[in-house]
Amino acid sequence: MITAERKPLAEIIDSIDAYKRILLVGCNECVTVCAAGGRKEVATLASALQMDFMKRGKHIDIREMTLERQCDPEYVEQLAPYIDQVDAVISMACGCGVQEVVRRFKAKRVYPAVNTKFMGASERPGVWAERCHGCGNCLLGLTGGICPIARCSKSLMNGPCGGSSKGKCEVSSEIDCVWQLIWDRLKELGIQDRYEDVIMAKDWSTERGGGPRKIVREDLAQ
Amino acid sequence: MKTDSVLEKVFKSGQIAVTGECGPPRGTSVAKVKEKAELLRGYVDAVNITDNQTAMVRMSSFGASLILKQMEMQPLMQMVCRDRNRLAMQSEILSAYAHGVNTMLCLSGDHCKFGDHPMAKGVYDLDSVQLIQMVRKMCDEGKFQGGAAILEPPKMFIGAAANPFADPFELRVARLAKKVKAGADFIQTQCIFNLDKFEQWMKGVRERELHKQIYIMAGVTPIKSVGAARYMKNKVPGMDVPDHIVDRMAKTPKEKQAQEGINICVEMIQRLLSIEGVAGIHIMAIEWESAVAEIVQRSGLYPRPKV
Ligand code: SF4
Ligand code: SF4
Repeated sequence: MITAERKPLAEIIDSIDAYKRILLVGCNECVTVCAAGGRKEVATLASALQMDFMKRGKHIDIREMTLERQCDPEYVEQLAPYIDQVDAVISMACGCGVQEVVRRFKAKRVYPAVNTKFMGASERPGVWAERCHGCGNCLLGLTGGICPIARCSKSLMNGPCGGSSKGKCEVSSEIDCVWQLIWDRLKELGIQDRYEDVIMAKDWSTERGGGPRKIVREDLAQ
Repeated sequence: MKTDSVLEKVFKSGQIAVTGECGPPRGTSVAKVKEKAELLRGYVDAVNITDNQTAMVRMSSFGASLILKQMEMQPLMQMVCRDRNRLAMQSEILSAYAHGVNTMLCLSGDHCKFGDHPMAKGVYDLDSVQLIQMVRKMCDEGKFQGGAAILEPPKMFIGAAANPFADPFELRVARLAKKVKAGADFIQTQCIFNLDKFEQWMKGVRERELHKQIYIMAGVTPIKSVGAARYMKNKVPGMDVPDHIVDRMAKTPKEKQAQEGINICVEMIQRLLSIEGVAGIHIMAIEWESAVAEIVQRSGLYPRPKV
């Protein structure tokens, strides 16, 4: 999933202070799962904003909505009946969701309320960790199913740097050295000799090297 | 002989090679480079010129290597994967070779986080193994990484690093094998203080006869004080300083610690030279270049061969 964290309240207030009527839009997918921008967080942010405005003797109207998927035009359309009644939109979806709202409602200012972080997984309750950079040419088959691109601090593809120590990355004791994980896994599978296969220089054109990416499925495209 | 590298010639002559290290200044001072290099003149076969070491901005390795060339010394240009993509790396290699730099070292590089620009974006277009492969291809096939032909290809003597003290230990021989496979000519190791562990690694290296396919230079560092010993033991990732070394420094009166550091270093070199497969010594006397002359002399490695 795509993970996100809510921005500091002050920053959000700063972006919308001039408006009187706001549409606050959450998303039911990833940001709900990582507790950054789902229905609950929309409600929490709405009351925090109300309270702040009230304390400063100001008034703000906030309409709360949470879409099934903010990165999907079909659901974004549901905002149409309300969009003219507000001065601006605050989106609690990931960067993709924010931009879908922008694409549909060109005349409206839309502000992000979360910082979109990474593609990751939930390691345990309350902890999400990065897993994939979307490099466009997955090599997990070569590394025992553990990604060195996303999970090595230097994206090293051919083994651990000289800073790997007791399973931890030289960058921080909070980070597992992914090459320790890969090595352990290769051993577990009894294929540690595969480590010596050199992984060739990556073709980053499938990643950002080729500019912004697009998938076109002719069979589905209309 | 594959290249004009003096280092290669020393190895090929069957004699123990010696390299030193010079960190370029954080500024434009040519005098500073010369001063450090001058302390090494005659005592080493080539001088490693670090590449933004510890992720701090410095005069570039290529730039400082040129100063050494002007001094008629032999620079060993380091190149890290952190700061450049493959275009920049290859053009730098062409430029360096065009100016007579024929020996280089391919490294991953310390992470930006450790330096004075932790906000910078690390590049890591290639990793160190892929960098070795790229240089090998440029030299042997006369082709850029992208495949196009190079007009008068460079002939670099290609080095890489090995750290037998980093984890996972059991993978470290295989990692060397990978660098051999990628096409490295020589290896410089991380500073060795834990001799037992190094010997264990070398045993693994010999079992696979890797020492016959690549020249291995054992890295050493003289410790200036007990504080420095403790710092390296506790703070530098991938460094292994055993207690007996720290204790020996601690027991030495402060004013004699630097001398004791040199003694330890000389003893270490003597032991390293008795290990089968060690083809050279790489002395990293960082900000203590003046110690190198004594270390080389007392280790019986002076004078350096004329090749
Ligand atoms: S190799 Fe690429 S696609 Fe596969 S997990 Fe890693 S970053 Fe994602
Ligand atoms: S310590 Fe491990 S995870 Fe960290 S940069 Fe080195 S190889 Fe990558």
